[in-house]
Amino acid sequence: MNLPELHKKLITAARATTPDERVPYAFEKRITTLIKARGATQTVTSWVQGLWRAALPCVAIAIVCIAWAFFTPDASSASTSDDLSQNFDSTLLASVDSSDPNP
Amino acid sequence: MERSEAEIITAVLAGDAASFELLVQKYSPRVFATARRYARRESEIEDIAQEVWLKAFDKLKSFRGEAPFEHWLMRMAVRTCYDFLRGHQRNRESSFSELSEPEDDWLERFAVAPESVSDRADAAKLLIGRVLEKLSPEARLVITLLEIEDRSVKEIAELTGWSAPLVKVRAFRARSEMKKILARMAKEKYL
Repeated sequence: MNLPELHKKLITAARATTPDERVPYAFEKRITTLIKARGATQTVTSWVQGLWRAALPCVAIAIVCIAWAFFTPDASSASTSDDLSQNFDSTLLASVDSSDPNP
Repeated sequence: MERSEAEIITAVLAGDAASFELLVQKYSPRVFATARRYARRESEIEDIAQEVWLKAFDKLKSFRGEAPFEHWLMRMAVRTCYDFLRGHQRNRESSFSELSEPEDDWLERFAVAPESVSDRADAAKLLIGRVLEKLSPEARLVITLLEIEDRSVKEIAELTGWSAPLVKVRAFRARSEMKKILARMAKEKYL
């Protein structure tokens, strides 16, 4: 079979076929409806995506805090006067401390 | 008074999504014609056209107005069709044994006397459709743009986003791929 001639004939056949330009009824309405509907879902999606993205750093920070609390030297071994948490606690509760000599 | 295309695009970018309808109305025939070159089923054609328009809406900010809107849109349409071809390669491995009677008849008449068969026959059109379906996505795109739509290498490079040398390489490979498919068809029918 003459393949180059077959190629030529088939390409000519394809060139003779002009594709149909027909558009389905109310196609443009469908597109604008889709765009509007997508706008609403995109707001929700972006919030969900944002929250998911924030979840990972939050977990990372929590792990770092736990590790820091776990691996720092025992606070009880230090002198009580140097204990920051104790000082903070007594400052915060100073006004309601029942042992206050000046009520 | 009819609004200009630039005014419509500015309105869409300002948030007036309804104005986009005017662009869809005006250019959908061309988008559908392009999609029909690469897909056969009407549902697939509609999906391609829909995707082209949704992409166009999303990327409208990147349209600078240096080239006509139609060119920009057609680039998007061709690239969407290419993505579609890459995702739907189901018919590539099928054989030529299930040709219809008119196609068989056309091929037989061609084998006997190539000059006597008409290249305008419906059978020839069906046959080229089958051959194109068996090409790889790159080859089909290049053959369609270069040989069927008669576009230049430069135009194809602009439409596809490929470099001009890459278009030439792919055109060479596409022609040899098509030659192999035609040879396979001839072998399956006459051996």
